[in-house]
Parts: sequence; structure tokens; C-alpha cells
Amino acid sequence: MVCESWKAKLDTYLDGELPSEEMRAFDDHVHNCPSCSTNALTRVVAKRAIQVAGRRFTPSAEFRRRIQQRVAPKPRRSISLGWMFAAAAAVVLIVGVVTSNYVGTRSGSGQVFSEIADLHVVTLASSSLVDVISTDRHTVKPWFQGKIPFAFDLPELQNSEFSLLGGRMTYLDQTPGAHLIYDVRKHHISVFVFQARSLRLPAGQNDNSFTPKDVSFNMETWSKDGLRYFVIGDASAADIDSLAKLFKGVT
Amino acid sequence: MYLTRFDAQPDSFEELAMPLFDQLYNFAHWLTRNREEAEDLVQETYAKALKGFSSFQVGTNFRAWMYRILRNTFLTSRTGLNATMTLSLDSEEEEPELPGDGETPETILMERSNLQLVQGTIDELPAHFREVLLLCDVEEMSYQEIADTLSIPIGTVMSRLSRARKTLRDGLRLQFQKG
Repeated sequence: MVCESWKAKLDTYLDGELPSEEMRAFDDHVHNCPSCSTNALTRVVAKRAIQVAGRRFTPSAEFRRRIQQRVAPKPRRSISLGWMFAAAAAVVLIVGVVTSNYVGTRSGSGQVFSEIADLHVVTLASSSLVDVISTDRHTVKPWFQGKIPFAFDLPELQNSEFSLLGGRMTYLDQTPGAHLIYDVRKHHISVFVFQARSLRLPAGQNDNSFTPKDVSFNMETWSKDGLRYFVIGDASAADIDSLAKLFKGVT
Repeated sequence: MYLTRFDAQPDSFEELAMPLFDQLYNFAHWLTRNREEAEDLVQETYAKALKGFSSFQVGTNFRAWMYRILRNTFLTSRTGLNATMTLSLDSEEEEPELPGDGETPETILMERSNLQLVQGTIDELPAHFREVLLLCDVEEMSYQEIADTLSIPIGTVMSRLSRARKTLRDGLRLQFQKG
């Protein structure tokens, strides 16, 4: 049968790898052959299923940072200034000992906020901003089913200036979470949602809503119903607060 | 092997290599089936690539170059050596492309959209089938890129891909019948 020769090349056709003349002939055949068009459709669905299933593993933010630090260009050092570095190291050591107690009390929260800022920046720099692209919360929310061990609600954005761009999986402190990306006046805002008990925030910062000060972005975070939310971006503090309030309205 | 220091520092390496980080890690994890081994593999890949970046020919395919380093590093690891022992000794180049099956378990996917079922079946594929399928359908590499990455002829890419897909379909059908 004629179709048998087409079927043998169906995958190559769908991979876009047939010679252009053969691609055109295949196009014509598929459009006129119900059997081959059905086969082509199911193979396309299968390719898509493999693509989605194949994007399974995500590196941790900590591992990414480790590699990033190692591949980043390092400033060249002059050997003749070596003794100055030795002296500076001694000063740093002394200052470190004196201030270690103070720093130790701050590092827990600072590290989490810093990692949230890193996740936000790395995502914006990524070639694929989101894994699920949709402005519809009813599409984005179900996408997380089976990927994260909790459920959360997304706010209705009608009559607001915010628009949902999509979502992606993220990890913080070895814990899976949801990363949603919103747009407001060309500014991207990230909303992160994690299980609160999985994050190591210092006492006194676990339950309250507050705005971290030592982060180079505007950020707001709060905890409710066992979930910890972070809203971060370079949009104005008012915009960050507005989006946070929309989330608080549904949580 | 753990590397703690990278020597060469070309300015553009980071710009070229870091956008590939997520997909390289994903591929490494599929190959090693283990998070720690995947991290070691990616770390070693970046170390080797950075060190050899001066030998990378500008204008050639950087992505295929990175994947080739990762895959060659994997093949020399203990896990990689074990995986390649399962490689079929059939002469793949001489195998014709396999025709499609009459039954299409893709319809199962359409109806059930079972992510874990597909992941589990991909995971059960032999390493040389798994990698060619992932490079084609997940990384969306052209046959030429896959050939460059795996250092095999395009004809072998096509026949191996065809066999990988057939094995996947058979596996899905089997899972479906069990379920």
C-alpha cells in the first residue's frame, strides 16, 4: 500500500527532517489521507507528551549558584599585591570573629531572601521564562498538580493592572515550590509559594507579613495556612504590595 | 571526581554556557538517574568545557559541544560504563527505519495524559535509546546536532530514534495492558 511507505517516514516528517520536496509531498498526502493524518496527529501528541515528561529534573538554586560562581570571570590579581591580600585577610578574620555572633543571627533570613532574589533574577535571565505559558489562572493552577506537595489559589486579576504570564517549578532549600510570574507595566514580578514548615526562617518572622529590608528588590512575604508567600520584583513597592494584597485576598 | 577550581576564565563562556544549565542538568539526571551523580556530572562537564573553551571553534555548535562533553564524561563514569554494557550489538546503520504500528498507544496518552507513566517508560529505555529520544523530542535537536553530540552518523541517529520510539510505544502499551 502507498500509505505504508509514508508511515515508515512519519516520525522523520514530524521531526522536520525530510528533504523539502518530500516534506511538501508528505504535507499533501497527510491532508488528503484520513489514516495518515490521524497517525500524524497521535504522533504529534506523543512527541508533546515525551517533551513534557522529559523536562523532569530541575537543578537546585544552590547548585546553580555554585556552578555560576565557578564559571564567572574572576578579576585578575597582581602577584606583587599578594601581601596586601594577606593583611586584608587577617583584618577580615578579626572582624569576622568579632561580628560572627551578630551575623549568625541574621544569616538565616538573609540567606532565604537572597536566594529568592537569585531565583527571580535567574528566571528572568532564562531563555524559557515559564514552563506553563498562560494568562488563565485556571490553566496555570492545575499544571502544578502532582508537581508540588500542596495546593494554593491564584487571585482573579480582572480590574487590576497585573497580568499572569505563567508558572514554573522552583526549589528553595531542597523544597519544591510554585513560581508564578506576573507583569505590570513591563515589570516582571515573581510570586513564590512554598510550604512554610519547609523553610528555615528565624523565630519572629515565620507568621507575620513583613517587608525584608536587605534585598535589592522590593519584596513582601507572609505566611498563611501553612504556606509561605514571597512577592518580589523591580516594580514599585506599591505594586508589590498591591499584588500581595490580591493574593492575601484569596488565601 | 570533584573539581573545586576552574582555571581558564574566558569572558564569554559564562554567557554561552549558563543558559544551557537547566537542560544539561535535566539530561544528566536522566542519564545517571541520581541527583548527586547528575550534579557531579554537570560540574565536571562545566569544568572540562571551561578548560577546553579555547579549543572550541567559534561558529560551530556550542550546545552540541557541551552535550558531547557531558555525554562523554558520563560514558567514562561508573554508571555510564554499566549503562553502555546494555547497548545492542546490532548493526544499527543497516537497519531500515521501522514502520509505524497499527495500534497507536499515543491515543492512550491523549486519553490519559499520564505524565508519570510516560516518565517511567522513558526511564526504562536502554541508555542509548533514552538519550537519543531526549535529545530529539525534549531538547529539540536536529538529527545533525544529535549526530554531532553522540558522534554517530545521521543514519544511525534515525534508526536508533526509530527503535527508541518503537520501544517506548511497546512499553506504554505494556503498561496500559497491565493497568
